[in-house]
Amino acid sequence: MHLMYFTEQPMAAYDAKEGLKYGATALTFSNKHYDPVAASRLYNEYLEEYVLADEWGVDGIMLNEHHNAPFCMQAKCNVFASILAATTKQAKIVLLGNPLPLAENPIRLAEELAMIDMVSKGRLVSGFVRGGGQEQLATGVNPAYNRERFIEAHDLIQKTWTQPGPFRWEGTHYQHRVVNPWAVPLQKPYPRVWIPGVLSRETVIWTAQQRYPYIALNTAIDATKTIWDTYSKAAADVGYTAGPENFGYLIRVHVQDTEEKAMQNARQFMWMQGEFTGLAHPVWANPAGYFSPSGRRGFVEFAVGRAKNPRGQPTFEDQVADTMIIAGTPDQGIPRLKMLIEHTRPGIMGIWGNDGTVSKEDRRRCIELLVKEVMPAVREHGKTLGLKDPWEANAPVHLRYSTDIAVQKVAAE
Amino acid sequence: MPTSVTWNDTEISIAGNRLHLRRGGSGWPVLVLHHDIGTLDRLPFYDMLAQNFDVLIPHHPGWGRSERPQWLRSVRDIAAIHSWLLAELGIGEVSLVGLGFGGWIAAEMASQAPTGKRRLVLVGAMGIKPPEGEIADQAIVSYLDYPKAGFHDEAAFTRVYGDVSTDQLEQWDICREMVFRTAWKPYMYSQTLPHLLGGVRTPALVVWGDDDRHVPKSAGDAYVKALRTAQLEVVASCGHYVDMEKPDELAKLVTAFVNTN
Repeated sequence: MHLMYFTEQPMAAYDAKEGLKYGATALTFSNKHYDPVAASRLYNEYLEEYVLADEWGVDGIMLNEHHNAPFCMQAKCNVFASILAATTKQAKIVLLGNPLPLAENPIRLAEELAMIDMVSKGRLVSGFVRGGGQEQLATGVNPAYNRERFIEAHDLIQKTWTQPGPFRWEGTHYQHRVVNPWAVPLQKPYPRVWIPGVLSRETVIWTAQQRYPYIALNTAIDATKTIWDTYSKAAADVGYTAGPENFGYLIRVHVQDTEEKAMQNARQFMWMQGEFTGLAHPVWANPAGYFSPSGRRGFVEFAVGRAKNPRGQPTFEDQVADTMIIAGTPDQGIPRLKMLIEHTRPGIMGIWGNDGTVSKEDRRRCIELLVKEVMPAVREHGKTLGLKDPWEANAPVHLRYSTDIAVQKVAAE
Repeated sequence: MPTSVTWNDTEISIAGNRLHLRRGGSGWPVLVLHHDIGTLDRLPFYDMLAQNFDVLIPHHPGWGRSERPQWLRSVRDIAAIHSWLLAELGIGEVSLVGLGFGGWIAAEMASQAPTGKRRLVLVGAMGIKPPEGEIADQAIVSYLDYPKAGFHDEAAFTRVYGDVSTDQLEQWDICREMVFRTAWKPYMYSQTLPHLLGGVRTPALVVWGDDDRHVPKSAGDAYVKALRTAQLEVVASCGHYVDMEKPDELAKLVTAFVNTN
């Protein structure tokens, strides 16, 4: 198993009362409430914590990015990935990920990622995401073409990484007459690509068709099994059998030396009002055209307040009871994680350890306990269950590099 | 009271996609181009126009019952499709009545064919960057708040839409998606249209509600300035949807203007 440490990198140093007064803590919540002095301190603390996690032996450091909101202060995951490429020694740098549709120039992304891969000496995992609805609005990118742009940018980056330039790209959303960046990835054929997600069936199927691992972001156990079923069917359709190396799972786990402190800090997973991304208007998260037409009817009723959030809004207690959040001492957390991996069988696991206003000392103790006690126990249990990660399984980076498919249904370009 | 109008619905293939057309009345042909939020099938304004004119109300491609052309990318594409429709129907000296977003389409049609139209009526038209103020951004407000803000008096919204059904909400989401597909950036205007309106020979009437919260009246003034022969009429106590909030006044203005020799 591959076990990663993750945090949303909360920008907790803002006046929560202002957000409540305004009624939103995302997109249009004014950045006049942003304190760059506090943010400078937090950025540096978070960087130090990743370096500690690396020194303590974590398998991977998972990074993401969001815009215009306090719940996540990483506005560009390639920035932290670049720093960590030079300041860490052994952990994989797992980007989950770069929001492809936001890129006006995917070639630039391909170059940046190649640089990170080389500086880190081949430790990059380059995940890609569609980006949330709010990210499209925060960056002025058309949500109605989100999926088209995601797929085209992916195909262009993949070609940039694998085909010697110069070549020409005349696509629907991207046109480049000279593609020939003088930076290519160290890892061959190219860095592993993992795709995280929550809801979208279309993305699960596309991911399976590429043979990329799909990382379910803290979905309920039943929903996770449905995702695996959808993935496995799509995998079978293109000729391979999906295994644990194709599946990842992100779970919120906060551990401390005492149960009391762990439970108190774990409540910070609920620190944002509303959903974990903060208080927001539903149409910000799902602008028209952004998500599947099959969900349109349920969504419009939710958006005008006639129906409950289709994703639900469970309480902290509900989430602890349903193993969406695990909190306690390592001895309390480990059995629950073992149970979880028995049920969901992932080869990749992200541990979302800290959120909200958890103190620096408590964050570091949590990371230390996770890396030194919890992750080794989970990894050992994973071995007994045959849960191999993509490296252990020697899985192909993409379907086109498969050696176990008799008739290659998706031919290489 | 207007006498009852018989409306006929047809579907016509334009540029490889089915376009829905509602047509009724007789007289000079008048092409009505609906708002960004689509249109209801029946509106008093349409019935009033049909007392005097041959009224054609297509659904824009991708809106309402018209099929979505996946390749469609711009308001000029929509304008070209409606021009193709007129050619298909053999309609010559047409008058264009563009409502809001439809006003932008009408202005594009006029700029592409500066002669041959009878009259051009732009009502709260999008399409030009307002010299003062900004066009309201529907992307960040709910499906109900956006159309409601297009009325001066919320009672007028309720009179037209009643208790809004889930079907209507779904339609508004589809309309919004089409707006994004065709007018996302710059949002709801063309940077080049103002430079192309000077060639239009068709006499134009520009109508604005005095409480239009979707498109600032400065855009109306800019249309009057850019067009060769244009006059402005402001409708009192009225929002963006003049056709739905003050149908009698708009119908009278349009009827008089189209009938003037």
